Formats: sequence, structure tokens, C-alpha cells
Amino acid sequence: MDAGPDQPDQPGGPGGQPRRLGRFIGLDARPVNLDGFAERDDEAGLVAFASANDPEPSVALDADGRVTELDGTAAPDFDLIDAFIAARGLDAEVTEEANALSDVAFARLMVDPNVPRAEVVRLAAGATPEKLARVVALLRPVELQMAVSKLRVRKTPSNQAHVTNRLDDPLLLAADAATAVAYGFREVETTVPVNADAASNALAVLIGSQVGAGGALTQCSIEEALELELGLRGLTTYAETVSLYGTEKVFIDGDDTPWSKAFLCSAYASRGLKMRVTSGGGAEALMGAADGRSMFSLESRCVALARAMGAQGVQNGGIDGASVVGCVPDGMRELLAENLLVMLRDLESCSGNDALVSESDMRRTAHTVPLFLAGSDFIFSGFGAIQRYDNMFGPSNFNAEDLDDYLVLQRDWGVDGALRPVTEDQLRAVRERAARACLAVYRELGLADFTDDHVTEVVHAEGSKDVTPPEPQAILAASDAIMERQLGILDVVRALWATGYEQEAGRVLAMGRARVAGDYLQTAAIFDEQMNCLSNVTDPNDYQGPGTGYEVPAARREQIAAIRQQRSRAGLLARHAAGHAAGPRVAGSPRTEDDTATPEGSVPASTGTIGGVTRGDTDGVTDGITHGVTDGVTHDATRQRAPLDPPGAADPASVSRLVSRGPAQPGADPREVCIGVSPALGTKLWFTMSGLPVGEVLEQIVAGIESEGCSARIVRVPSTVDLGVIGLTAAELAGSGVAVGLQAKGTALIHRKGLAPLACLELLSIAPLLTAEMYRELGVNAGRHAQGRRPAPVRNPYTDQAIEARYHAEVVALIAIERGESVPGAPPVDLEVER
Amino acid sequence: MTGDGGQARALSGRPLEELTLEAAVRGDLSPADLRVHPDTLRRQAEVAEAHGNPQLGENLRRAAELTALPDDEVLAIYEALRPGRSTAAGLADVAARLEAAGAPLCASLVREAAEVYARRGLLRPA
Repeated sequence: MDAGPDQPDQPGGPGGQPRRLGRFIGLDARPVNLDGFAERDDEAGLVAFASANDPEPSVALDADGRVTELDGTAAPDFDLIDAFIAARGLDAEVTEEANALSDVAFARLMVDPNVPRAEVVRLAAGATPEKLARVVALLRPVELQMAVSKLRVRKTPSNQAHVTNRLDDPLLLAADAATAVAYGFREVETTVPVNADAASNALAVLIGSQVGAGGALTQCSIEEALELELGLRGLTTYAETVSLYGTEKVFIDGDDTPWSKAFLCSAYASRGLKMRVTSGGGAEALMGAADGRSMFSLESRCVALARAMGAQGVQNGGIDGASVVGCVPDGMRELLAENLLVMLRDLESCSGNDALVSESDMRRTAHTVPLFLAGSDFIFSGFGAIQRYDNMFGPSNFNAEDLDDYLVLQRDWGVDGALRPVTEDQLRAVRERAARACLAVYRELGLADFTDDHVTEVVHAEGSKDVTPPEPQAILAASDAIMERQLGILDVVRALWATGYEQEAGRVLAMGRARVAGDYLQTAAIFDEQMNCLSNVTDPNDYQGPGTGYEVPAARREQIAAIRQQRSRAGLLARHAAGHAAGPRVAGSPRTEDDTATPEGSVPASTGTIGGVTRGDTDGVTDGITHGVTDGVTHDATRQRAPLDPPGAADPASVSRLVSRGPAQPGADPREVCIGVSPALGTKLWFTMSGLPVGEVLEQIVAGIESEGCSARIVRVPSTVDLGVIGLTAAELAGSGVAVGLQAKGTALIHRKGLAPLACLELLSIAPLLTAEMYRELGVNAGRHAQGRRPAPVRNPYTDQAIEARYHAEVVALIAIERGESVPGAPPVDLEVER
Repeated sequence: MTGDGGQARALSGRPLEELTLEAAVRGDLSPADLRVHPDTLRRQAEVAEAHGNPQLGENLRRAAELTALPDDEVLAIYEALRPGRSTAAGLADVAARLEAAGAPLCASLVREAAEVYARRGLLRPA
């Protein structure tokens, strides 16, 4: 970067370079700076919208309604793409009307909820590719979202999964396909690292996809002819790898033409197979043949071509070129706008988000969220339902590692992202059944044999790195056998039935029957789990502003809300009661540091506990959530026994021996320090948020006070949950005028008579991080304050993590319990710890 | 239902309701029993046209024509349409065979391709 005129050279760095700023050194290390960014370059096609070389929109018709000019090119000069679009892509009856509309007026129709979807679609059918590109380019991000909500074809949103692995392990493919279906994916796409394994992969995914629920569509993405053949045999039920490109050169380099692709569309339909085409910005620039045009201009040609060919849908939104689009200004907006082009042409949108666009979690999430909120026919054209490393398409923008994040995002926004929470037991069941069904079919058909041990590995594996690799030759042989023996859907049905998988046999056959019925050839068709066909015909999007369009059904809202990490107040009370009843074990079990020792900044793998009680729900849902604090230093400290409290000593948690001794009176001893405790401490709540028994906390505070030669008196302030008032009330009772206030959740302070309730002397506010030592130090300081000294305050522990996000839900429940125990107007009472 | 799935017959002529699991495991079903019938595709084409998508309708009508062709012939025509694979005469021959096989829409697609391929230099020299 140039140094500006007012930035004098700064000596000091090696080689005369100015010394680097810490700010930039730190920023350079951020993940976003691993991403590549390119200056706009119109000649190379590295431009999202409006290249200097994009043509002016134009259209001319002859007397017979034939297109004689399209976007600045006259018929004799039409390239393949122009020629195909001109021949059948534009509605001659509206093309002049549509192209005469001003860009802004057209753009407003897309966003205006009072203009029905049908009217916008009618006009778009006549718009030339360049016209539509210009109009959509006017939409700002929020306007794109509005237009997507209104213009997507199917009312009910859905989602597609990638299911692949590095080994082409059939059992793992089957288990992972069943996993995808359990999460709610309605299309499952596989592919191969080894081309010759394709038939085996298609078979394994077909089997797995029908375990747990029926109706999910499957495909195997490979070379066009082989993909068609697998479809013809019924081993797949849809196709989407029919690629389109926006320039003639790249189209031909892809070894196809619009006519060969159109024929392929018809070929799939002739066998009753759903199919869509694939395009996506950036592909032409990546191939060095963008003709100097903008990515969006070329993508608009692809989408117009898709419509002209009679494809029912398009997968776009970058796809393989997503990161190329992402590297230029306005790139992310361009990707979203691509999806809208498809919807405007009244086609099914399978909306990308299937390539990892950034090393930055923030940036990759920001790419997906606008479309996720707006909803689409398929929000992802491949959410990686497997581990990143197992995705043979390359990592998707979201992957199995992100499933919980995605489920939480659905819940945060009350948006139907088409996935649902899954319990560990549910997943164990479907993974096991899918792996066993796959083993049985391979054995029954004489394709390959796998062991029970392999099933067990597959069921429990996070990904293929956790399984013993099957013999590669065995999978190749299985695949060859499927092709040579021309095995098809009926063979699969019979094998499933013969081996006891009657339900799955019925579901696979139902996918065959669906081809005969043909309903899923209509635009945006999917099957729900009852095999109802949802498409533009049966489930059309009727959005016309608030209160219309897709409304998340009540049962589905509950499902979205019920993530496995959700906690209730009743559950919290039960855990406290159970932990208390456990008695000495709870308070007295010292933990080794190994329990919680974790690298800085990472989440501990072990389940968080309150005083030895696991915090998991008791409804059988997994305990995967970690409540442990990851600041190793402070948290480990809470796990250790306090020095005053040697192992084997009397149980300090037994606050059942916290006994009331009647109304508290003001004390006279100037060395007396009170400890005011909250209403629920030791009545309903027995553990602070850092997991310490409240009895131990009281002992530490008392010990601290006594070490300063003061005496301690415990009083309960039952009238309030406000810690400032609790502390102040206790201070007014204390002979010294100084008191410690303590809430059951562990927050503590030092107060002095005469101060305002909120103006305490010291406050330990971050309850989840407080240690026994800190409570003891607080007692020491209270004693010193009582003697009129001015001690250095106990330092609050510090963390840069989202400590509030982690604990605020629990705080709300704890405070509610405190409030339930409080008795307004009740006077303070003396308490005694009986030993 | 989109079309009239309840009345649909398979390519073999067998009605949809006879495509049961019992029939499949008895070995009574053949691949043609799980193939879509051209009439079904034409009905789906009408549905697509009624829903404002004549291009999808045309595709489904081409598909109806292709139901009569065996898989390998369908694959061979696709291959012939790929760039640089066919001479002008070769494509004319494909079109003629399609016409003769009762596939006029597909034939016209091939003829149109031949014309554009000639202009754009995508024919294999004779």
C-alpha cells in the first residue's frame, strides 16, 4: 500500500521497512485472510454484475413470432446458446411487453407483495437473459430475500444432502444416507472418488435412503452416460449433473451442446426420472472463456437455456465456481441473485451453498443465511451430511460438523430450514438398520461380504477415518457385478424382502411406482415421508406478504424448538435435588485436573457436570452438549478441593444442617461480619453455577472472615432476590456494618451499611467461573473492610468466551426458583450450620 | 395427485395398483412394469402446460416418444448429438430413424441441431 503524503517513513524495522502494527499482525492471522480476493477484471470475467462487455438487452421478432435478434446479436450470428433460447426459450406473446418495461419498474414487481407471483413469472417468461440480469441486479440483498420468498416455486422448503466417503464403503454410505433422512433431507446425492465404484455407491445410498422413512430421492453424480444408465436401472431416482455453461466455448469444452443436453433431459423423463440441470456463476471465468462478460450475465443465459430445454429445475448459486464468485465485489449477492433467476423462470431452485466459500466461519455463514431465511425449494444443493473430509464433492459450505449450528439457527429465527433434531438413540437405530440392510443385500445378491464388526464400526463412526477400510477390490468387484448382471431396482426389492427388510423393500418399490405415476416430473417435486408428492402443482408458493405463503405448522415449530440441548426449570430443580440427595459423593468427590483440562479456546469433550450430576436431560437425549468452562485455568481450580477441606473431611455440602434460629437482630460486636444468603440457597438450590456445593462456599467465606480475626453470622434474607438488597440488609444487621451477600447461583458481594443497594464494595459477578479460593478471599476482604481497612478487591475471573450465551438460560431458571422461594416482607432470620 | 396417478399404467400395460410388493417378490414384475407409459408422460405434459411451462411440456412429449426406444439406442442418440461426433448425413439419418419410430418431436430436435452445428462448425467432417 502507498504511504500517504502525511505518513512519514518510520525507521526501525529490518530492511528499512516500517515496524508492523500489532493490529495488522493480529488481523492477518484471521481465517478470512486465507481467502483469496481479486480486483474486478472485466476482460477475464472476474466481475459479478454488469461487465463493460455485457450486451444491451434487446429482442426482435419477425411476423411469425420468431426471434431474429437477442441481446444485441442478430440471428445469423447466434451462437449455440442464443440459438437454442431463441428457438423455444421466450414466450413470444410477452417478450416485447417484458423487454419494454423499465428495469426499475420490473424490479419493483418482484418485490411488491401486492403483485402476484404469477404475474411476475408471466413477464419473466418473455424477458431476454440480459434483460432479466439487468433487472435482478437492481435488487438489494433484502429485496432479493423478499423476491425469493415470493417467487420460489414450492411452498414447503426442503433440503438436499451430500452422502459420500473416502473409501466408497457401502455400509457407511448406507448408514450416512439413513442419517441424512433422519435429519430430514429429502434428496441424497452421492458421488465417487473412484469412478468404477459408482454402481455400488448408488445401490448403497438407495438402500440407506429408505431406512427410517420412505420417499427420499437419491442420485449418483458421475459422467453423464453412466449416470443415465444407473437411473435407467432404477438405482437412482433423480439426476442433476447435467451441466450448462454460459459461453459456447465452455459448453463445447464440456463435451456437450444445448441439443445433446436437451435430449438428455428427455431421456431421463422417458424413464420416469426427475432431473435438473446444473450451472452456476464463475465456471466460465474459471475455464478462461467468459468472453469478458459478467458472471451474472452468463448465468442468466444458463437459466434461460434450462427453461428452453424443458428442465424442471436448476442447481446454481455458484456450485463449483462459488469461490470464484466470492472473490469479487458483490459476489455473495450475485450467488443469491442466481437462485432468484431460476425462480423467476418458474423452475425448481436447488440453491447451492454446497461449496465451502470461505475459511472464515463468519463469512461462510453469512453466505448461506440470507437464503436460509428466505427459504428455497432446496436450501442447499448438498449440505454435507458427512464429515468435511468425507465429502468427495469437496467440503460443502455446511457439513455434518455444523448440523447442531444449523438446527439452532432454525430455532433462533423460527425458520423452517427443512431439518429436524435427532436423538442419539434414533440415529443409532437407523444407522444400524441401514448398515445391516446393506450388508444383507450385498450378501444376498452375491456382491460382497462384510462382517458384523464392520457394521459396529460403521454405526459408531463419525466418519470413514473411524472404520477399517474395506478391501478396495471388493467394492470394485461389487460395482462391476451390478453393471454386468444388469441388476436393478427389482433385484434390490427382492433382496431386501428375502433378508427380512420388508419395510425397506416396500419403500424402494414405491420409488419405482413413483416413476410409473410420473407426478414427480413436475416442477420442484419431492416426496414427503408419506409419499405425498409436493410440487408446483400440489404445493404452489402463494406468498403475498405477511400472513400468506409458507407458515411453519405448529407441530413443526415444536420440533424446531426441541433441540436436544434445551433445558427446563423442572429439570434443573430435579438435578439439584438429585445432586443434594447424593450427599457426600457430590461434595466430596475430588476431580483430577484431567477431567477438564482442555487446550485454550477449545470445547472440552467431556460432559459438563454440576457437582457430579450430569447436566444432560433425563429424557434419553444425548448428553453431547458441553457446559464445561473452557478457560482451563479458572475452571480447573473449581474442580479441586479447597485447601481447608481435606479429602475425607465432613461433608460440607450438607446444608440440610443449615438451621433457622429465629428472627435476626442487629449485632453489637464491631468484629461481626454477616453473610446474607438468598431465599433458595440450601432450600431448593444446592450448587453454585461453578459446581461448588453451597455449603462449601459458605465455609470458605466463613474461614476467610475468621482468618482476619472477625466472627461470621449467617442470615437469610427471604424477602428479595436482589443481591444488592440481600447484602445491604445483612450489613445493617452486622455489628461491623459489613456483610457478604451470596446468591445460590454463586454471585457474591461485600456490602456496607449506609451505601445504596447497587453501590457495593466488591462484587464477584461471573458465577460460573468462581472458585473456592475466590470465596475465601472475599471473606478475607470482608473481614478487612470490617476493620476499616481498604483491601485490594478480589479480581473477577476473566474469559473472552460467550459466557453469557452459555449460562444465561440457566440463570433465568435459577432466579425464577429464587423468586419462587422468596416471601415479600418476611424478616431476615439467623441460620446456623450444624456440625 | 398431479396427473391421474390412480389410473396410470406401466409401459408394460400393467396398472399401477398391481405393482405390489407381493408381485415383486413373487417375481411377477419385469423392468417394463416399472417404466413410465407414454400416455402418462403426455398427461404430465398437459399438466405442465396448464401450469404455464410449455417447455417442460415439450420435454415430456419428447420423453413420451423415447419410451419406445431401447436404452442403448437412447444413449447412442445422445452420443451422436455431442459436439463433433456426427456428420451432417449421420444426424439426418438419426432424425429419419426417429421419425420412422414415431418420434417426430425428437426428430425435429435433431434436425435443428444439425442446422446449428453446421453453422457453428460442430459437425464431424464427412
